Amino acid sequence: MNAISIQKLIKTYANGTKALKGIDLQVRSGDFFALLGANGAGKTTVIGIMTGLVNKTSGQMRIFDVDIDQDHPRAKTFMGVVPQEMNFNIFEKVEDILCSQAGYYGIPRAEAMRRCEVILKRLDLWEKRNHQSRTLSGGMKRRLMIGRALINHPQLLILDEPTAGVDVELRHEMWDFLRELNQNGTTILMTTHYLEEVEQMCKNAAIIKNGEIIACDQVKNLVRLVDQETYVVHVEHVHNLDRLNGHGVRRIDETTFEAELNKKERLNDFIARLSEAGMVLTDLRPKGNRLEKLFLRILKQN
Amino acid sequence: MTLNENYIALSTIVRKEVVRFMRIWSQTLLPSVITQTLYFVIFGKFIGSRIGDVGGISYMSFIIPGLVMMAVINNAFANVVSSFFGSKFQRSIEEILVSPMPNWIIIAGYVGGGTLRGVLCGILVFLVSIFFEHPMVHNFWLVIVFVVLTSVVFSLGGLANGIFAKKFDDVAIFPTFVLTPLTYLGGVFYSIHSLPEFWQKISYLNPILYMINGFRFGFYGISDVNVFLSLGILIFLAGSLTVINLRFLEKGTGLRA
Repeated sequence: MNAISIQKLIKTYANGTKALKGIDLQVRSGDFFALLGANGAGKTTVIGIMTGLVNKTSGQMRIFDVDIDQDHPRAKTFMGVVPQEMNFNIFEKVEDILCSQAGYYGIPRAEAMRRCEVILKRLDLWEKRNHQSRTLSGGMKRRLMIGRALINHPQLLILDEPTAGVDVELRHEMWDFLRELNQNGTTILMTTHYLEEVEQMCKNAAIIKNGEIIACDQVKNLVRLVDQETYVVHVEHVHNLDRLNGHGVRRIDETTFEAELNKKERLNDFIARLSEAGMVLTDLRPKGNRLEKLFLRILKQN
Repeated sequence: MTLNENYIALSTIVRKEVVRFMRIWSQTLLPSVITQTLYFVIFGKFIGSRIGDVGGISYMSFIIPGLVMMAVINNAFANVVSSFFGSKFQRSIEEILVSPMPNWIIIAGYVGGGTLRGVLCGILVFLVSIFFEHPMVHNFWLVIVFVVLTSVVFSLGGLANGIFAKKFDDVAIFPTFVLTPLTYLGGVFYSIHSLPEFWQKISYLNPILYMINGFRFGFYGISDVNVFLSLGILIFLAGSLTVINLRFLEKGTGLRA
């Protein structure tokens, strides 16, 4: 079954901006799906239509086989949404934010309190339950929004750039948490600018540009399209870089530089060329930006 | 959503609204009490003692229903418009918009909160008035019907204003330029029979006149207008504003792009 099924979705804003130009998209139930695109590509508009914050111009959208034109309230019962920007009452207490959200879904107070405790403990916010949300740190606020989205036990969790502005440690914690949710059966749709996390977590991805889907496939297949990979090379002393012509080298500092390697090229050959240039290799690692390259490449093609 | 789920959603909004206005009681409940007390002292005691009876009752007794109603109107309207626009401004209204709650529950929740604040302020002002005069009650149920319906109507008005408002200025325009003049000219301090005929006719176009006079009829059995007409106008306004707000929410006016 598809968690999300979109056909010919069009959105033209009142000022004439065509945010979506007839996109088609299917996300399978249980998937961890990424929607990639530059700012203004239309990602947030798709999520807005799904969650009832944006009116579509035309087209069809079904959430777990429920047409939003026929019964949007029922479609909303399947969803939990984590928006890009903070959108809770800053004067409300953490616990009240979660319990009120549960109330909006018709969840009785006692059950809401029980769920609230489980979620806040899991997200390490239990100690802050009686604090006003404005007193929380940025990372805590982000976790609070995830907790709020989970209060109705959604089958589909939608995250709009959830790790924007989040430090590395918290980002990894959030990845673990989202992976756990997905493994337990929650379908996840995520938009992000951190392409590394798509590689780390998502099974499938679509790339959206100027309101159109320009690529949609398994992440591993999309990555295969990239024929070049960037490596970070650590040596005892960087010199004679001109002998590595054809590798698009970029010097970082006295002991580090980046080099582009074609997928067909063997690493042994590259290491041999390093030795010929008189450099002693101390470390070599991929930069992990293959998807970024793919992104730029597909954008350029289109 | 089932009937029970709708009830939970409704009570969640109402509870949230009540907690909000009770938490900031010095901004929401106290000002009306202080302002109306000043009216009682200055107009009722100092000036009223020189005016004499109006419609067979003392001037102080005459102004009590109007001043109670003024507090009800202002507070019911202000509660909903400020809370709803505040939610829009902070974008916390999205918590409600992404939920499966039907639009009529959203309206009922905010109107419930506004009505409770309006009625509570009315009760507080009435309690203060007892220190100055002992108003009689001609028809208790009519008093209740008028105070609740008026509170509902102005809560609905506040909601429509909150939905439309794009900036803080928009929140203040209607109360300042429409609501306050209509309230003061709605027969709080005078009987329209004391006005020249032309201004009497103009006054009949003011809906607040009917609310205040209907409410006053509940206390003393006297009114400048037909009390059933007053009731009819209140029900008509409540019905119309409910339909307008429902339409706004369905279209997403001021809420959805």
